[in-house]
Amino acid sequence: MDFALSDEQQMLQDMLARLIREHYGFEQRDRVQRRAPGFSETFRTQLAELGVLAMPIDEAHGGMGGGGVENLVVMQELGRGLCLEPFLESQILGGGLVQALGSEAQREALLPVLAAGELLLAVASEEPRTHYRPEWSETRAERIGDGWQLSGRKSVVFGGQAADEILVVARTAGEPGERNGLSLFRVDPAAEGVQRRAYPTMAGPWACDLVLVGVTLADDALLGCAGAAFEALDHQLGRAMAAQCAEAVGSMQQACELTLEYLKTRRQFGQPIGRFQVLQHRMVDMTTELELATSMAILAACVADEPASAERSRQLVAAQHVVKRAAQFIAEQAVQLHGGIGMTWEYSLAHHARHLVMLGHRFGDDDRHLRVYADLLEAN
Amino acid sequence: MNIHFTEQELAFREEVRAFLKAELPADIAAKVRLGKKLTKQDHQRWQAILHRRGWYAANWPLEHGGTGWGVVEKHLFEEECAAAGAPRLISFGVNMVAPVIIRFGTPEQQAHYLPRILDGSDWWCQGYSEPGAGSDLASVKTRAVRDGNHYVVNGQKTWTTLGQYANRIFCLVRTDPEAKPQAGISFLLIDMDSPGISVRPIITLDGAHEVNEVFFDDVRVPLENRVGEENDGWTCAKYLLTHERTGQAGVGISKAALAHLKAIARHEVIDGRPALEDPLLRQRIAEVEMRLMAVEMSTLRILARAQAGGTPGTESSILKITGSEIRQAISDLARRVLGPHALPFLADEMVLEHEGEPLHADYSVTPAAQYLNLRKLSIYGGSNEIQKNILAKAQLGL
Ligand SMILES: Cc1cc2nc3c(=O)[nH]c(=O)nc-3n(C[C@H](O)[C@H](O)[C@H](O)COP(=O)(O)OP(=O)(O)OC[C@H]3O[C@@H](n4cnc5c(N)ncnc54)[C@H](O)[C@@H]3O)c2cc1C
Repeated sequence: MDFALSDEQQMLQDMLARLIREHYGFEQRDRVQRRAPGFSETFRTQLAELGVLAMPIDEAHGGMGGGGVENLVVMQELGRGLCLEPFLESQILGGGLVQALGSEAQREALLPVLAAGELLLAVASEEPRTHYRPEWSETRAERIGDGWQLSGRKSVVFGGQAADEILVVARTAGEPGERNGLSLFRVDPAAEGVQRRAYPTMAGPWACDLVLVGVTLADDALLGCAGAAFEALDHQLGRAMAAQCAEAVGSMQQACELTLEYLKTRRQFGQPIGRFQVLQHRMVDMTTELELATSMAILAACVADEPASAERSRQLVAAQHVVKRAAQFIAEQAVQLHGGIGMTWEYSLAHHARHLVMLGHRFGDDDRHLRVYADLLEAN
Repeated sequence: MNIHFTEQELAFREEVRAFLKAELPADIAAKVRLGKKLTKQDHQRWQAILHRRGWYAANWPLEHGGTGWGVVEKHLFEEECAAAGAPRLISFGVNMVAPVIIRFGTPEQQAHYLPRILDGSDWWCQGYSEPGAGSDLASVKTRAVRDGNHYVVNGQKTWTTLGQYANRIFCLVRTDPEAKPQAGISFLLIDMDSPGISVRPIITLDGAHEVNEVFFDDVRVPLENRVGEENDGWTCAKYLLTHERTGQAGVGISKAALAHLKAIARHEVIDGRPALEDPLLRQRIAEVEMRLMAVEMSTLRILARAQAGGTPGTESSILKITGSEIRQAISDLARRVLGPHALPFLADEMVLEHEGEPLHADYSVTPAAQYLNLRKLSIYGGSNEIQKNILAKAQLGL
């Protein structure tokens, strides 16, 4: 057993931490957050130049071949900095889906430019009635001639407001609730019949809703075989969830550090409020939750790339549950212990709190993961 | 023992219901139900309607233009208002400063200020907190120095709720810096348009402009604007706080919020079925609903005691803690049940260039923001930690 980072991983972490420290000030982030596209092109270019964007892409296609642990390192730092650039959506989830489902020609066309930061991908898997489960998708694609026609609605597509291509989950067969019949299509958001509505999210980054009305797609817009996308999608969502755990841990670390510092400096009743035992214990509880969440994020990172199995699913779901519970607890307590200051937009803590709670609305909240885990109890 | 309302009380409730049905504007009620922000005009419109009926100043004695209601009537009235989707009254004027003026003010102050509160001429805000004086309110530093028949006020107040709408602010100011913290404080009524006052917005984590900083730079305040004796403002402050805390369980509001949550959960879909059929969600809702029932019963017990002539004691702290936790728990469920649709963020205060409302249901835009906003419930009006300190000391003698 060895929980230490390798030299390369440690370097990656140091480099990214420095980059964020030097180029991602809170005020600058706030300006960026308020206007479409909701992230900094400049910072994304810097990430590309340092090879960070290439990290999760495999080496045969111009990437660095990083795995779950590299994703852990990157996402944790992005979480600490509350970075708004769509790394998880585009590089990990988008890239992962192309890698898993795409033909050699599609991979060759997409992955090198993705690794270079010249292509931005987004993944549209949510709909009004999916509630975190793509098998409930109702968007449909019909075979028309040698192409496809796509109609339906997609909700809260992170990064979709700026993406060059959106990978859309649609049904080519089957009924809502069935895993068979789901397919994945590359959709140009500028194509006729695509209506896009962009907005900022409570979590920080921007997203969009899509209305797709008879969108005509070429044959090679389909990734993989028609109707057989579910397994790959599920597997890649698992990788994305592991990455999200890491991001949450970075943000939780920051929230805990800010709160601890505040307890030591804020004075009421003639003493630092950190002298009040009830607040001491609360801070200890927060730190304990962070410790457990960190462990689970590591577990998730280490099993994320394994082939699908019941055990992997259980571990990933458990990690999500523990991390998201911790995230909400830490967010709420951090705000509470700060008093009024914790509720102000001008202070970065409030944005960590928003981010940490709203994580639960992406891939599911701790209750969603509890439901899924309960269904898997007999699986091992 | 009899836990039921009397015939008379039930008849009163019917009367309130009928009034609300006839007079509460539908557009305002719809906004309240969806958790949308009310404008100053919305508040004033509703307040004027209540005033016409003679029901605006529920807490005041009859001789000052109040209702003279007992605690049970007040409770029933609040419950019915919340159930009907009436806006929560902005209490700084009618339920905070007015009781202080009635109790400690001069006849002149009463004659001047009370009618102006009733008819809506004045919008009050509360200037207690300062950057260095939050939970430790007795450490306020804003100075008021006598100069002839005026005080000259210098300092800063913060977290002033809706101060941007107000034309008056009641303040705790330090008039004797040498005295013990609680002893050197006075209670002043200040015109917001006095020269030297400036108001700066604070945006909260939900993106809203609800609170403000208020700065005082050589503001001249006539001596007759002091309520109570000089250096005895703490008495007014304490009296006001007991008023602020009653009704803070917000049982009616929680019931209305639960009903709204269930309505959302009927529309949203989890695993192909209405969310309200999901066993885990049902269990979560059941838990809060039962706890709310317990808080309601506790409220009624305290009311009964008050009706029998007892003064509300530390129990109000219990209601404050549990009531705020329940409201927070309901808002937590309301955002969760929306799944990803809770995420769009459309705060008008933030001047965001978004492309319009998302395509999901109209009820989806507010729950996440409300959840974030309601974090305040356990912080203001004496934080829940402070309430527990009070209970430990005063109730348990620890
Ligand atoms: C949305 C909002 C609206 C408000 N509106 C108004 C208003 O209109 N007018 C006004 O005057 N004020 C208003 N307030 C201010 C509010 O009353 C204060 O925020 C509150 O008193 C807490 O003070 P603080 O924020 O300075 O926190 P602090 O007092 O610094 O507290 C920080 C943390 O320490 C804890 N703590 C402090 N002392 C102790 C102790 N002895 N034991 C254990 N724990 C302790 C607190 O519980 C809290 O968790 C508002 C606040 C908010 C958030």
